Amino acid sequence: MFAYALRRLLLTLPLLVGITFVSFAVIHLAPGDPVEMQTGDMPAEAKRAYEQLRKEFGLDQPLPVQYWNWLNRLIRLDLGRSFAPHGRPVLTMIGERLPITLLLNIVEMLIIVALAVPIGVLSATRQYSTFDKVTTVFVFLGFATPDFWLALLLMILFGIQLGWLPISGLRSMNWEYMSFWQQQWDFLSHLVLPILVATFGGLAGFSRYMRQSMLEVIRQDYIQSARAKGLAERVVVGKHALRNALLPIVTILGLSLPGLIGGSVIVEWIFAIPGMGQLMVQAAFERDYPVLMGNLVIVSTLTLLANLAADLAYSLVDPRIRVSRRRR
Amino acid sequence: MGSFWRAFRRNKLAMIGGIVVACLALLAVLAPTISPWDPNRPDVRKILDPPSSRHPFGTDQLGRDVLSRMLHGSQVSLAVGFVSVGIAATIGILLGAAAGYHGGPVDAMIMRLVDLMLVFPRFFLLLAVLAFLKPSIWTIMAVIGLTGWMGVARLVRAEFLALKEREFVMWSQSTGASAFRIIWRHILPNAMAPVLVAMTLGIPAAILTESGLSFLGLGVQPPRATWGNILNEGKDAIELAWWLSVYPGVAILVTVLSYNLLGEGIRDALDPRLRQSGGRVVSRGR
Repeated sequence: MFAYALRRLLLTLPLLVGITFVSFAVIHLAPGDPVEMQTGDMPAEAKRAYEQLRKEFGLDQPLPVQYWNWLNRLIRLDLGRSFAPHGRPVLTMIGERLPITLLLNIVEMLIIVALAVPIGVLSATRQYSTFDKVTTVFVFLGFATPDFWLALLLMILFGIQLGWLPISGLRSMNWEYMSFWQQQWDFLSHLVLPILVATFGGLAGFSRYMRQSMLEVIRQDYIQSARAKGLAERVVVGKHALRNALLPIVTILGLSLPGLIGGSVIVEWIFAIPGMGQLMVQAAFERDYPVLMGNLVIVSTLTLLANLAADLAYSLVDPRIRVSRRRR
Repeated sequence: MGSFWRAFRRNKLAMIGGIVVACLALLAVLAPTISPWDPNRPDVRKILDPPSSRHPFGTDQLGRDVLSRMLHGSQVSLAVGFVSVGIAATIGILLGAAAGYHGGPVDAMIMRLVDLMLVFPRFFLLLAVLAFLKPSIWTIMAVIGLTGWMGVARLVRAEFLALKEREFVMWSQSTGASAFRIIWRHILPNAMAPVLVAMTLGIPAAILTESGLSFLGLGVQPPRATWGNILNEGKDAIELAWWLSVYPGVAILVTVLSYNLLGEGIRDALDPRLRQSGGRVVSRGR
């Protein structure tokens, strides 16, 4: 176990370096520089100001030097300051927004797993039943529905037509005047639609995957022998089959994290939720490159760590992994 | 081929998907001739008109005909879908073939690159790149393609790992054929089935990504109509004009659904074994 963990950890280190490299390259190799965007189409006299700005941000130096300087600051967790007029440190901005995105994603993940596992098991054990067919239709719809469109429809229905749920932000305008419990309720009601939208697409994928995994397991010999021993079907499915069918889900959960976080970009943007996704879109519009680079590094590092955790957890529950390496 | 067609034809859903895909392609090609109105001609007397016989899908804030804009928008979806998947497949096949055929350090390097690319949430990467590029349909195609090749690379690599141990490859190696020739003439044709399936399923994913980016306003820019930016403009009038928010979304849904049905049908007909490994796990193209 220890050797496996160490090897897995060593594989992570070059990826960390890679993350910083890609985050830097993506932004600096694109044509046009951020200062140019800031000064825009100003007259010739702005040229001097432009040069000065470039110098100030160190953009006149060769790229490898810039990369090295940026890395040095990154190691000290200095992500620079935003280009926006407020000029706040990027790390503070991310620190405010990360908990919200994490909260959203964790709740989503829990709901998805809680629903996808029973759905997958039921449709696998009753393959081609009405239930299986209905969920298959739902899965295809889930894959094909653009999440931002679903969000719009739900906003029209619940926010505007019925007026049941708030459609923007995390708090109502009169939040400060509410009692403690009203505030909690207000916060929760703001989360309902975003989480509903974000769960819908992910649920389709996971329940499909769970069904597949379960179908593969119940065809195995040891399931037959468990049945032959005269065990109740409930025990065979619920205990013998489910345990093994759940194994791959651990890895899939880790692998799907970037997808979930990436998906929450649009959801956060539509519902005006002040999370990482919204910050990223704002930064993209404002060409706020310290924020863009900081976001890329932080989010991808978190994903990397989550994958690592998923892999280690997987090797804990399934000893075969530690022995045979190449499995992806 | 005959057995493929027989198996495919039995799958009604896949047939429907294929027919819808063909119709959509036809509509996109014919868009300039069949559009009832000029998609970019504003009309101040017809701002936000609800659907009527003259404007079946209503009009937008500038009085432009939504149906005509959607027909022209389908060209963008179709083009982005095919070109970006073409780019992704080319990169994926080249890198996957190199990794699978040569193995060793080449393989390790390429697979680490794949791991690295997969660590970034795709939308974050896309936003970071698009922030500094002039948004146009070409940029969108390029960035979606450049951020979407990893699945194909893995698939091709896995196929190559299995195929290069087979007798016919050993035999051509023993005759002294060049690596390029063996890869190109002998292994690749045998590895193409899952790649074709991945490509068919990649098109709807690319269409979803493009419409998402256009919806955010970072994709194809107005006045050029796309389904995503019609929805984006419709969002501002969501309380007045439901038709701006409903029809383009239905168009995306139907398109993506049809491509998915077609892709899964092709997969099942090509090789029922592929059904087991799934082909797609959680990729929704972001």
